[in-house]
Amino acid sequence: MELTTIWFLLVAALFTGYFILEGFDFGVGMLLPVLGRDDRERRVLINTIGPVWDGNEVWLITAGGAMFAAFPEWYATLFSGFYLPLLLILLALIARGVAFEYRHKRPEASWKRRWDAAIVVGSVVPALLWGVAFANILRGVPLDADHEYVGGLLDLLNPYALLGGATTAALFLTHGAVFLALKTVGDIRERAAALAARLGVAAAVLAVAFLSWTLSIRSSATAVVFAAGAALALLGGLAAARARREGWAFTGTAVAIGLAVATLFAALFPTVLPSTLDAAGTLTAGNAASTPYTLKIMTWVAVVFAPIVLAYQGWTYWVFRKRIGVAHIPQH
Amino acid sequence: MDALDVARWQFGVTTVYHFLFVPLTIGLSVLVAILQTMWHRTGNEKYLKLTRFYGKLFLINFAMGVVTGIVQEFQFGMNWSDYSRFVGDIFGAPLAIEALVAFFLESTFIGLWIFGWDRLPKRLHLASIWAAAIGTNLSAYFILAANSFMQNPVGYRINPQTGRAELTDFVAVLTNKVALITFPHTIAGAFLVAGSLLVAVAIWHLMRNRDSADTPAYRFAATFGSWVTLLAAAAVVITGDIQGKIMTQVQPMKMAAAEGLYTTESPASFSVLTVGSLDGTRELFAIKIPYLLSYLGTGDPNGTVHGINDLQAQYASQYGPGSYTPIIPVTYWSFRFMIAFGLAAAAIALLVLWTHRKGRTPTSSWLLRAGLVMPLLPLLANSFGWIFTEMGRQPWIVFGEMLTRDGVSRSVSLTEVLTSFTAFTLIYATLAVVEFKLLVRYAKAGVPDVTPQPEPDDTDDAERPLAFAY
Ligand code: HDD
Ligand code: HEM
Ligand code: HEM
Repeated sequence: MELTTIWFLLVAALFTGYFILEGFDFGVGMLLPVLGRDDRERRVLINTIGPVWDGNEVWLITAGGAMFAAFPEWYATLFSGFYLPLLLILLALIARGVAFEYRHKRPEASWKRRWDAAIVVGSVVPALLWGVAFANILRGVPLDADHEYVGGLLDLLNPYALLGGATTAALFLTHGAVFLALKTVGDIRERAAALAARLGVAAAVLAVAFLSWTLSIRSSATAVVFAAGAALALLGGLAAARARREGWAFTGTAVAIGLAVATLFAALFPTVLPSTLDAAGTLTAGNAASTPYTLKIMTWVAVVFAPIVLAYQGWTYWVFRKRIGVAHIPQH
Repeated sequence: MDALDVARWQFGVTTVYHFLFVPLTIGLSVLVAILQTMWHRTGNEKYLKLTRFYGKLFLINFAMGVVTGIVQEFQFGMNWSDYSRFVGDIFGAPLAIEALVAFFLESTFIGLWIFGWDRLPKRLHLASIWAAAIGTNLSAYFILAANSFMQNPVGYRINPQTGRAELTDFVAVLTNKVALITFPHTIAGAFLVAGSLLVAVAIWHLMRNRDSADTPAYRFAATFGSWVTLLAAAAVVITGDIQGKIMTQVQPMKMAAAEGLYTTESPASFSVLTVGSLDGTRELFAIKIPYLLSYLGTGDPNGTVHGINDLQAQYASQYGPGSYTPIIPVTYWSFRFMIAFGLAAAAIALLVLWTHRKGRTPTSSWLLRAGLVMPLLPLLANSFGWIFTEMGRQPWIVFGEMLTRDGVSRSVSLTEVLTSFTAFTLIYATLAVVEFKLLVRYAKAGVPDVTPQPEPDDTDDAERPLAFAY
């Protein structure tokens, strides 16, 4: 396989991993005021993701770094072109990250309320905007022959992209609710399971609509298989959630999100950012790539370190596998 | 004002801000790991208390380092997209490797350390903080190697077809002589901050309450922190001296700008303080140490140090007409402030050791005041060092290869950059106040009680509260 293809797959894998992992912690963040009725309950929710959210976010940082290293043109065009949405995502991630760490550092209710708001907004904004951004990548954006973005903000807010945003937000909400049903005990667990069943229906409708629209814009045999797989996994996950098989339900939503992201990348390949204007402006895995020498070095690094990272990150999830409930929350 | 100016201000502000938290993370992660190791070795509770106490301050700071770092990662693409296109083949690799090799390590193991007090066996828990500390220090190496390429490009060629820089030798990039010396200098600068923080907090408690059960713990922290500070200061001076020599070779203009040296001199004297006309071309008053600049730059007291005028003429003939001179007052003063603030912290550390010798306790209130400002000094020194390094490289973004003005994003409008600059500045300013207040609050709270709570008999194991929760 060509090195550029390998790196296309690796970048796709990093974003897929990012959306599966941070997907549920965005979901938990968005559900904070819905499922957490008092401070203790909200602390239960936050603590289900407490030990892992930062590690999940590093998937994004690595994806960004890998894009920069392997496809500098893609990195440069995408992030200068999607300037304001990316700015909002960054601001949201700042507020949210600090909020997890600082929320319990003072006892006042007003202090906690403010950080709760930061967590909710900090989770809603990226959950929506990542969908908008990826839909636009798939749909294509106005690029001139130098691969410079020449559109404005409104070009990014088209109906297809907005549907993309609604889809990621709904999927992450469902994924988060399913995750909470898996990781908590008692009352919260019951409410999370009930909510997951209801949210799941909306997510399934949106996801099917979005993926069908996607395939009508750009498609490939693999993409069709992935999209069908995503739909099946989501339905399976929802059925498991209703049957209160929480482990299977979580597997279902995780696979569904993974395959949905994979659908986008499979439909895109070998293009990485299509131009809606000048065909010469279209970026592909070929013309956006670094030199083979750089790609070869990066491949060796990835081959050696990625398995190690996966091993210890997986182990962390094992260490913190126990369900928690209000009884586990210490006074301070 | 155009988009370029705002982009430069934004980069300066966000990076200096990121680097307010980075030194503490680098230094404290290791010091906390050492304290926890001492507790393991000796079983003495005072080390456990200090581990928990400074660990908390470390985490309050760490959170800010993480969230401000993400901005840095994406800012190259947002504001400096032509720069990213030009150097991506070389520059992206260390960033990606940093994330894969270092950031995963530290973020995962920090999580294990924070929440693992009662979930992990003691040894594994100790190993977690060491893994996080190693990851943190490792991350500094890769990012500094990336920065060093901008100061002294090596291991690359320019592709004549695309006009882009292409990597030819990755080992050369990682063993760039600038990177090899910048790393120890920056790490030493970080330990200067962390050591000072240990001292400042301990002194405050010692002087408020001279006879509490925790006095031995604070005494230990004060002396240990002072030694760390002093050793770090020595390392900073030694590595800084070598850095000066390398800088004179690879960026002679930066050395000349650091000194405001307009004409080539051999031997050259080091100016401790020069008051000149505003543009720096005329000298009104000066204190100078003869031969020192020659020694600092070349290692030979009679060595030749090139002046700004000669270098400007040389660059203009080499690279075409234009100004190749950085803003002299900025480089001149930031270089001096770096040295002065850092050495001031070392002086306070010496004073602390002296006043605490052989079980003594100091009484003077000015020592308390000096101790309180102590962590700010090396923090300022670090900022000024970076301002010097980055401003002294101007007008180049990659020395000799790309001008800063050519690196900026063409598709980003002034309005957009102004929006992001304003947004980052506002959120950063708010968070600075919040974080500073929290640090003070937790520093004042003092070391925690670590005597194990008696277990209530009626709760079974599954219901027992976590040792730590958000
Ligand atoms: C506590 C912080 C601190 C202290 C006390 C010092 N430095 Fe420093 N210095 C830094 C913190 C720092 C820094 C912030 O970490 C920099 C910025 C980039 C770098 O490599 O380190 C730096 C840069 C820097 C450079 C620029 C390197 C370049 O641009 O290529 C030189 C020549 C020196 N230092 C030399 C010294 C000398 C001779 C010192 C004392 C006698 C000294 N520094 C004290
Ligand atoms: C090690 C990683 C770093 C990299 C890759 C890096 C890269 C850059 C880049 C791309 C710019 C913008 C272009 C320019 O104006 O030259 C810049 C400017 C700047 N950086 Fe850095 N930087 C790094 C570290 C730092 C740190 C740690 C600080 C401060 C604490 C800092 C302070 C500045 C300042 C003040 C400017 C503005 C200079 C000017 O525009 O005149 N940098 N740097
Ligand atoms: C301008 C270039 C820089 C970029 C692109 C950058 C990138 C990042 C990123 C993405 C993070 C968050 C990591 C996480 O989520 O865990 C971070 C944090 C951090 N960075 Fe920077 N950084 C820059 C400058 C520096 C410099 C110059 C140093 C040290 C010499 C440094 C050392 C650290 C450390 C110690 C942290 C603390 C928290 C952590 O690593 O998780 N960074 N940086």
